[in-house]
Amino acid sequence: MTPTPLTAWIEGIGLLAPGLPDWASACTILRGAAPYTAAPSILPVPTILPPAERRRASRLVKLTLAIGLETAANAGADVSQLATVFAASGADGHNCHALCEQLASADRQVSPTRFHNSVHNAGAGYWGIATQSMAPSQVIGAFDAGFGAGLLDTLGQVIVDRQATMLVAYDSEYPEPLFSKRDTPDCAGLGLLLTPEKTGRSVARITVTPSTDAAEKMADAGLENLRTSIPALRCLPLLQKLARGEYGPVCIDYLPPMQLCIDLQPC
Amino acid sequence: MSPLLLSCYTATTTLGHGLDATLAGLRDGRSGLKPCDFETVDLDTWIGEVTAVDAQKLPKSLTRYDCRNNRLAQLALEQDGFASRVRAAIARYGKTRVGIFLGTSTAGILQTEQAYRRRDPVSGALPEDFIYRTTHNAFSVAEFTRDYFALEGPALAISTACSSSAKVFAAAARQLALGTIDAAIVGGVDSLCLTTLHGFASLQLTSSAPCRPYDATRNGISVGEGAAFALLERLPADTPSGAVLLLGTGESSDAYHMSSPHPEGLGARLAMEAALRSAGLQTGDIDYINLHGTATPANDAAEGKAVAALFGNRVPCSSIKGATGHTLGAAGAVEAIVCALALTHDLLPGSPNTETPDPAIPIDYLLKSRPAKVRHALTNSFGFGGSNCSLVFGVAP
Repeated sequence: MTPTPLTAWIEGIGLLAPGLPDWASACTILRGAAPYTAAPSILPVPTILPPAERRRASRLVKLTLAIGLETAANAGADVSQLATVFAASGADGHNCHALCEQLASADRQVSPTRFHNSVHNAGAGYWGIATQSMAPSQVIGAFDAGFGAGLLDTLGQVIVDRQATMLVAYDSEYPEPLFSKRDTPDCAGLGLLLTPEKTGRSVARITVTPSTDAAEKMADAGLENLRTSIPALRCLPLLQKLARGEYGPVCIDYLPPMQLCIDLQPC
Repeated sequence: MSPLLLSCYTATTTLGHGLDATLAGLRDGRSGLKPCDFETVDLDTWIGEVTAVDAQKLPKSLTRYDCRNNRLAQLALEQDGFASRVRAAIARYGKTRVGIFLGTSTAGILQTEQAYRRRDPVSGALPEDFIYRTTHNAFSVAEFTRDYFALEGPALAISTACSSSAKVFAAAARQLALGTIDAAIVGGVDSLCLTTLHGFASLQLTSSAPCRPYDATRNGISVGEGAAFALLERLPADTPSGAVLLLGTGESSDAYHMSSPHPEGLGARLAMEAALRSAGLQTGDIDYINLHGTATPANDAAEGKAVAALFGNRVPCSSIKGATGHTLGAAGAVEAIVCALALTHDLLPGSPNTETPDPAIPIDYLLKSRPAKVRHALTNSFGFGGSNCSLVFGVAP
């Protein structure tokens, strides 16, 4: 069969990364209007959660809620209706460390909360509880290829199921000793709300095709470090084009040898 | 959705390796559960362990993937000629055109649990031989499978707890519909580990007896392990009569609680309705429902309410978890294959260990396996975090 062009419209963008606290300030830096300065990620308090859940919210839950809410707000979307795709390399690293440490000890009675927070879909679960969204929520793990894998499934839902779908690609750090085995330095991620048709809120159009080209790099050393050290931020070159209002193709790392070429066009 | 062909499929659980053992176990109403003797776990519970997992040796070039989960994956891939059928599909379509969509909840976390017992007493470092990426990480089983077949196309793991390997069918169907791939290896692999055994015990969700789904006296799950795979393709013009088809997929979220289902089964109902809509079928078209049926009081009550609300008591239903245990992230794929066996062998699978169906759940719950013509089967999978998926299977006319 002839493949369907993987085309969708971007309606909202969110970003939270070290030194890039939100999409608006990231735009200024990605445009080159302000220098990039590395700084730990700032995770906002998830006021959308009920008090009990808010107190227990992990870094990962704060991260995913912040990105999702910013993306939806920038699109003016109703969070209670949005289909979502969450894509990440791992689940909650700090929680995983605490569980493994306890299971290696003489007392193996793990905390029930720790156990249910250990699932890879903890972020998606809290998102559903916080937004009261009963829409489908996909949760993908693809190690360093999380952004690309998440983008392909999001496009699937947008194009095949004809529904607005929000991709939240994110990663978080493990503490030592796991950090020595998986050195993601900090929490970071981005959100893209994609729609099947152009709307009054559309920002740009993307068309994705498989490629074997090398990925585009960031000229700024600090931003290039983010791109290579945090898997979700492999898409930074795309975000830079969006911030600058530039168009054309940009190649993003996916799953070697397969890369994704994203052609960005004005609406 | 457009129907898709399951051109080959296989399942390995504590009932046995491959389809023949699985079918015989289902027909005989056999349970593979046994008192927990796994690793160093000392819990008063029962488990469904697959035999000979640790006897599996991965190919030399893939030893970095060595862990219980990937050994189980390989063991299952080599049953029923599945791996050779995959290789034939790759030869037909090309190595970038066969995608991988695998569900798992804990992947090879056992490897990390064991590595934590071998930390350097001074530095606290994990042992040199522990490789996080290719064992523990959720993607490891998908990456292992991609390398096992030397594939170069798209791959992902879906990890939504116990709905993981049902949702892979939906994800693969979307990519087949888009034409990004021509075939998909879908499935699920989950293996026993300390995290799930102790975790479910801490939530007081494990039973000290073999689990009894939908029984009036059910009191918890038996954790199992398993692996199941299917090769999904678009329908060829000459689809053989009687071939198993994926007809519909439905996904929803509970938006309720991280570890309890929506008490009215609202998310479950939305998933079943979406799957019927996707298949273009009515409730009256379904001949068998493979329930999620974990045997916890709350889960079965919630699912039962949703099934009764949609189907009344007209459709034979059962859960096979009394036979296999709850295979967690592999359960969706294992039970998809059980539906395929029901459709191709005129079998309504029963529910080993269950003796008295809960009178408060007004559905037609099957205790014993019996022969019957099954044209359409629906299977449910619901996971922690309120992640739901229902699938509808049928046979080609």
